[in-house]
Amino acid sequence: MAKNTRQAKPRLLLMGQRRSGKSSITSVVFHKMEPQETLFLESTTRIQKDIMNSFMDFQVWDFPGQLDYFDSTFDTTQIFADIGALIWVIDAQDEYSDSLARLTTTIINLQNTFPHINVEVFVHKTDSLNEDFRSDIFQDVVQRVGDDLNDAGYINPNVSYHLTSIYDSSIFEALSSVIQKLIPELDVLQNLLDTLINNSGMTKAYLFDILSKIYVASDTRPVDSDIYEICANYIDLTVDFTDLYNYPRDDPKSLGEQMEEVESSMTFEDGKMVYLKEMNKHLCLVTVIQNKEAKDKKGLIDYNVHIFQDALKAVFERAWEKTGGEVTGEGQSSARPEQNSLET
Amino acid sequence: MDARKRKKKVLLMGKSGSGKSSMRSIIFSNYVAKDVRRLGATIDVEHSHARFMGNLTLNLWDCGGQDAFMDSYLNSQRENVFTNAQVLIYVFDIESREVDRDLDTYSAVISALKQFSPSAMVFCLVHKMDLVQAEHRERIYEERCRMILTQSDSMSVETFASSIWDQTLYKAWAGIVHKMIPNLSIIERFLRAFAEQISAEEIVLFERSTFLTVTSVDTTAPKSTSEETANPNPDRHERISNIMKSYKHTVAKSTKGPSSSSVSAAGFVLYKVQTPSFNAFLARFTENTYIAVVVPPGEAAFNCAVLNTMMAKGAFLKKTGVEG
Repeated sequence: MAKNTRQAKPRLLLMGQRRSGKSSITSVVFHKMEPQETLFLESTTRIQKDIMNSFMDFQVWDFPGQLDYFDSTFDTTQIFADIGALIWVIDAQDEYSDSLARLTTTIINLQNTFPHINVEVFVHKTDSLNEDFRSDIFQDVVQRVGDDLNDAGYINPNVSYHLTSIYDSSIFEALSSVIQKLIPELDVLQNLLDTLINNSGMTKAYLFDILSKIYVASDTRPVDSDIYEICANYIDLTVDFTDLYNYPRDDPKSLGEQMEEVESSMTFEDGKMVYLKEMNKHLCLVTVIQNKEAKDKKGLIDYNVHIFQDALKAVFERAWEKTGGEVTGEGQSSARPEQNSLET
Repeated sequence: MDARKRKKKVLLMGKSGSGKSSMRSIIFSNYVAKDVRRLGATIDVEHSHARFMGNLTLNLWDCGGQDAFMDSYLNSQRENVFTNAQVLIYVFDIESREVDRDLDTYSAVISALKQFSPSAMVFCLVHKMDLVQAEHRERIYEERCRMILTQSDSMSVETFASSIWDQTLYKAWAGIVHKMIPNLSIIERFLRAFAEQISAEEIVLFERSTFLTVTSVDTTAPKSTSEETANPNPDRHERISNIMKSYKHTVAKSTKGPSSSSVSAAGFVLYKVQTPSFNAFLARFTENTYIAVVVPPGEAAFNCAVLNTMMAKGAFLKKTGVEG
């Protein structure tokens, strides 16, 4: 059983030419390294496996760029069998024809045996390129990969493209959308968030993984990267601030009752309010409310968020019971990857 | 108090390229650390005014540090530059290769200051400390301080290690400004009494636009030793300044409009955080200050503390006469 659940961890595979920025991505997103410091990273010589213990345990495999995975000495089944997404990193500041050629071979090889794998192409290191040039390169990559796959007879393959850079929030947003595709409960979460924001006058709400600042789900309104940054940095603000005063006290005093979770809010001069509430050990809800009346109705917001929290708990409990194999044939009929892998 | 007296003339000096204008821009003009590389060299003296806590205006003389300018400050403009100076902030570049020459210039400046404003306070910032490897920082800084002190000619000098890349910059400037605020003891007495009223662990007062720490009271400290407090983070106030200012930039970026006005519109009114081990809030207090209050957990008591703080504003103004 323990073995089974371990295999059910969605696995992210990071691949691409050497020096394209794969290790920098894992360091910045999962190890909180400053982007400037990634300059000093050594090149990766063996497969680097990172296990993220977060709301969902997933693995990140960082592949050395020079490896040839389809060499017969490699056990492709072992590498690709359970993976959720293959992330292919392309250095946009470099000559990328070789990288594209290898990408298409990889996709074609995968299509035969593991067609369910999402291929995510990160057009990376785009920070220093100007806007026009950036979108030219992006178009070029999409076009060339699409053409090559078409020629090989694969129409509409499972490939998505993202413009990324570790120097801004784009890498977090791209990884968020990669991970969201691997979450079976995503629809439910989005529905819950939609209900919450519509009933509480919120502009946008994100459910964040606290450690990595990747968002697990958001409501279905269009994503605005400014609001994303306000929310993501708000987590930093609150975590940093809390660290300063969260020391063990010799004689802890208390002035009354209080909830267990961290809750925080900030109101601005223009009436805007940012609100954060810890949902469980790994997740927190961050939302922006533009309505000027928000600060007077905080009690109501608290209450709504509390109900959302209960619903969230119910969603994840169910998932846990299912992986435990105790509930069968009941609940949502949508196929869950981990459920399938257990039953076979 | 007459207006002349409230204006404090602050001389900002040091070798060319040592970082004087960079820190001024970060502290007083809301620059982000990585934006200061756009600044050009300061030509001659740039004057600027920084209002601080309403009744204290800093008249900053940012003195370009190239040799030719230095010469003219020390000779032809000597009297003009050095008379009536309340504060001299002298910046040393830790990376400088001509330490002896820097010290010579410094001692020339000190003697000029002694001649025209003998009562001025002198603060020396050993700057760009981020360029020194962390394990050597302490030692190199102390060595440098000793050299500075030997050249200071019996003026009272305070030294700070600083870097624009972390909270040490705020620590240094808060230390400087702290010395200049009038009525400081009255403010502190008021805050201490208030802290006891609302059972606060700590109260910190910040200046509004710079977010520099004005003063703080900590009730967890044993009465005998005022330095030692229960909190294991001695640099927490500077860190708060740093954290709050960087978040302000995030918000300002998204508030569309000309950058200078959006930064002020991005100012927050109230920040609250409730955790199982403490509750805290940071709120706009008076026209020119923010107040940070840390209290033990307890939801009802926390909400009361927020309300009480807002109501204490009037009493604070009346008692301390800070904003006139």
